[in-house]
Amino acid sequence: MAELNKEQVYEWLSSVTDPEVPALTILDLGIVREVAVSGSGTETDVKVVITPTYSGCPAMDVISIGVRMALMSRGIRKVNIELQLSPAWTTDWMTEEGKQKLKAYGIAPPNRKAFKPLGLFEEDEVSCPRCGSEETELVSQFGPTSCKALYKCLSCKEPFEHFKCH
Amino acid sequence: MDTNSKLQIPNSKLLDYTLRLADDALILGHRLGEWCGHGPILEQDIALTNTALDHLGRARSLYQYAAELFNQMPADEKKQVFTSVAIQNLVSTGANVDEDDLAYLRDGWDFRNALLLEQPNIDWAYTVARALFYDTFNYFFFTELSKSKNESLAAVAEKSLKEVTYHLRWSSEWAVRLGDGTDESHARMQKAVNELWMYSGELFTPNETDEEMSRAGLGVDLTKIKPLYMARVQEVLSEATLTTPPDTWMQQGGRNGRHSEHLGYVLAELQFMQRAYPGMEW
Repeated sequence: MAELNKEQVYEWLSSVTDPEVPALTILDLGIVREVAVSGSGTETDVKVVITPTYSGCPAMDVISIGVRMALMSRGIRKVNIELQLSPAWTTDWMTEEGKQKLKAYGIAPPNRKAFKPLGLFEEDEVSCPRCGSEETELVSQFGPTSCKALYKCLSCKEPFEHFKCH
Repeated sequence: MDTNSKLQIPNSKLLDYTLRLADDALILGHRLGEWCGHGPILEQDIALTNTALDHLGRARSLYQYAAELFNQMPADEKKQVFTSVAIQNLVSTGANVDEDDLAYLRDGWDFRNALLLEQPNIDWAYTVARALFYDTFNYFFFTELSKSKNESLAAVAEKSLKEVTYHLRWSSEWAVRLGDGTDESHARMQKAVNELWMYSGELFTPNETDEEMSRAGLGVDLTKIKPLYMARVQEVLSEATLTTPPDTWMQQGGRNGRHSEHLGYVLAELQFMQRAYPGMEW
């Protein structure tokens, strides 16, 4: 195998998706923090630094396996995956393309900048991913996964999930 | 590691500090998990299990770091840290401990969580009051700890702060909803606040570990965050039309391994499988 460049690794990683939100790749989510390649040929060593979305996110183990599989299936034998907590992940790192994919998948993407916290009983203004209406209502601040909240649309009446600003 | 040795804090103190934060998170995570399938409505059932998962995730990161600190200690010092038989047996084989050993093989007296967190769920009001005290404490504590000179603790704090901010919003809103709700919900919320109040002071009672860690710039100065905590709790209780209890005798002992009887029952359930079938995985 010839010298491997980082761009190639990033391209391979773009096939790894979040098991809980399969519409998003780990690059869309912004959880890949660093890629480093050393050595060459059969001695090529690839380091991938990822950061968890939430402290207890069970998807992280599956994502680590996904990263390892993506690289090993391309012949990389030395894969080193590091988990890094700081700087803490934020939805501000989600790509614009990722937000569009989420919306197309039926999940309202995060829109508020995460560093502006909400006051008590204050709610995010979230538009319906299906009909686009801004007449929506929070059902629960917590959803089926750590990263989502539950909403319903008052116009088209459909319930939907919102990827929380974090 | 290098920064720690320069600051001359013994590993045992750093371990004590890390473990108590992990134990707080694990024990409350377990208590909240007990609500799974029993929440008053599905959305709130999910809210508590989501929050429990955040606490558990933080506990894992901290136990991993605690295990690292413990494994670096000299053999004779290791024997002094825990008196639980299962851990002693493991240490005597010379094996390293991991996050699971710390969670599953220590008996109650080796746990350092604050008494507040092992108190039973009782009802929704008690669950909300306990969460309000802990979430408010966590919010100010992790804000400070994220400035720690210890990189591992600072990273966990930075990560947790965002989650804790969300928890605090949840528990504050529920305190207001119940307190400023019906006569029944008001009375029950006030009762829960009154009964749990005596467990809230331990969170702010510094012991030798707190003082050393704070002096070295590694830990949090509890006297600095206490007024912030009080102001915030009073603000929420007042919004909830509830009365803040007067200064009173505060229970303590958890940080030194002296617990209420409730912890034993939590551990009996939490640790049963690993005690009955050591090393079991699934």
